[in-house]
Amino acid sequence: MQLGRLRAVARKEAIQLRRDTRSLILAFLLPVLLLLLFGYAITWDVDDIPLALIDLDQTQASRQLGEAFTASGSFRLAARVERMVDAEPLLATGKVRLALVVPRGFAAASAAGEAAPLQAIVDGSDANTAEIAIGYAQAAVAAYALRLGGAAAAPPLVAVSRVWYNEELSSRNMIVPGLIAVIMMIIAAMLTSLTIAREWERGSMEQLAATPVTRGEIVLGKLLPYLIIGLVDVLAITLLGLALFGVPLRGSVLLLALLTTAFLIGSLGLGLFISAVAKSQLLATQLAMLTTFLPALLLSGFMYAISVMPAALQAISFLIPARYFLVVTRGIFLKGVGADVLYRQGLLMIAFAVVGILAAMQAFKKELT
Amino acid sequence: MNARVAVLAEDLTKHFGAFLAVDRVSFAVGAGEVFGFLGPNGAGKTTTIKMLAGLLAPTSGRGEVAGFDMRSERAAIKQHIGYMSQLFSLYGDLTVAENIAFFGGLYGLAPAALAGRRDWVLQMAGLGEQRRRLTRELSLGWKQRLALGCAVLHEPPVLFLDEPTSGVDPLSRRAFWELIYTLAEQGTTVFVSTHYMEEAEYCHRLALMNRGRLIALDSPAALRASVAAPLLEIESANGPALLGLLKGAPAIRELGLFGRAVHAVVDDAAAAEAVIRAHSAAAGIPLAGIARIAPSLEDVFIARVHAEGGAPQD
Repeated sequence: MQLGRLRAVARKEAIQLRRDTRSLILAFLLPVLLLLLFGYAITWDVDDIPLALIDLDQTQASRQLGEAFTASGSFRLAARVERMVDAEPLLATGKVRLALVVPRGFAAASAAGEAAPLQAIVDGSDANTAEIAIGYAQAAVAAYALRLGGAAAAPPLVAVSRVWYNEELSSRNMIVPGLIAVIMMIIAAMLTSLTIAREWERGSMEQLAATPVTRGEIVLGKLLPYLIIGLVDVLAITLLGLALFGVPLRGSVLLLALLTTAFLIGSLGLGLFISAVAKSQLLATQLAMLTTFLPALLLSGFMYAISVMPAALQAISFLIPARYFLVVTRGIFLKGVGADVLYRQGLLMIAFAVVGILAAMQAFKKELT
Repeated sequence: MNARVAVLAEDLTKHFGAFLAVDRVSFAVGAGEVFGFLGPNGAGKTTTIKMLAGLLAPTSGRGEVAGFDMRSERAAIKQHIGYMSQLFSLYGDLTVAENIAFFGGLYGLAPAALAGRRDWVLQMAGLGEQRRRLTRELSLGWKQRLALGCAVLHEPPVLFLDEPTSGVDPLSRRAFWELIYTLAEQGTTVFVSTHYMEEAEYCHRLALMNRGRLIALDSPAALRASVAAPLLEIESANGPALLGLLKGAPAIRELGLFGRAVHAVVDDAAAAEAVIRAHSAAAGIPLAGIARIAPSLEDVFIARVHAEGGAPQD
């Protein structure tokens, strides 16, 4: 390893990058676009569920029940209809997600202390939202029952839950730190996937092979400019996340920078490995997309908790560095935890980085002999 | 080893699967020599050069380049050779000066040394005015001269050029060869492959290759002299008519029209000359002269292939 040669490769790579519009867009525009797109589009919060009220009782009690539903902010009264048949087209078209039927005699039954049946019909075509809507409905009914019965009817045990780290339970607080991991995995691998393949395609690899430059110098020299770009990207995404989405950053920025570097080197190394194997820019880009985009999005724990995945997918998720980085970003942004908690993720990412670089060097050993 | 030998090959052999690309090739190239490799595409020239330059491992045989063993000292060889691949492989999206700086860096030149060599290359290649231009905007001839410059930044004792002038116009080709001579005069050993016959003439010594085998090795003049059958060049007022007239005449083996002159391969020069003079006098075509000339390298190549009992490749 000679510093002069390493510097020559890195400088050349940086110059080429500066003159390549496609790479520049990929490097600087795409991360921001992805953040805005995902940050605004993805939300797992369910509120303002449109509600149809079919009040067959028409009493003060039934009206209070309706108010109990809308008062929480979870439901919005979208329609008031006379008969169930009128609610059906509203459910079918999705104009309402939940139809609440208050049967005739509801007030009388509850006044007499009898069980008063209520019917809620939920649109189950979106199972997640349906589950949440049912939960909200039960909570609303419970709140109403509590008010109706007064203090005397209060249940003897009350669970008081407090949420830590993400007090307002805003999914955006979860999404933005996670997005950093997903976006950078994609960008890093895509960027470097082009570089070695380009040398093969243009025939310059043979010229390089005839000079004293070593494989290690080529791999590291190519990696260096992209690492700097990756760090700039993470900084930009972080600042946007803080400014635009109000995400908290509670942990150490230095630790975040260090672990980001380890993560980026691994992802860049993966891209270089793909590039060395594919030898064609088109194939390399496609491979990089395939091996990073969906895995990082679906198997990293970004969208679905890894603990509820089937065993096979859980096993695969261990191979996705975004999985570890996701724990790191969420940990540092939301929990403010330090190296004492994140060292395992850090070590695994460093291991991935080492393996990535060695694999990239190995991949073009045969040709560069 | 002999200090005067810059490149040595002993029974170099390369198989690609079942295909025998290079078959037991041996030669020695002296320091400061311009050594040519002549042969059709696929004759094994490029494969031999790649083995010597340390880009391909030979199947068997050994070699030395600039005093280093081809198998065990590849890293040292790469520091002591310049190499220009058949494909143009500088970076089109780098400027002339950036390409020079990049390769200078790869050869480990210190900044001060690099500045001096860069100016030398720019001046040598006539690219002083173009140093800030993107390399892809240059004409092919200029690109080739720049590539040559980049290959000799570190002043290597041995230079491998694999068909450096293919596709370049004749004028640029001549300029390129002047550079090669300049380098050779400064002591650089130049190992160059080509399929241009007239370029082969510029080499001090020539190795003819066909189907992976070395079929002849000597100076261009000696190679031409080695062809036994005499060749006559006949100048006349009417070449095409004379050609028709001489067809089938005794003592004449082959005929060809070269410009206005007729070339005839004959068995015996004196006998043939008498026959030609008799025919032209009878037909009333005045002769401007008959001279015995040396055969071209193309003639030599064909003759050697026939002597080897094989057919040339297409």
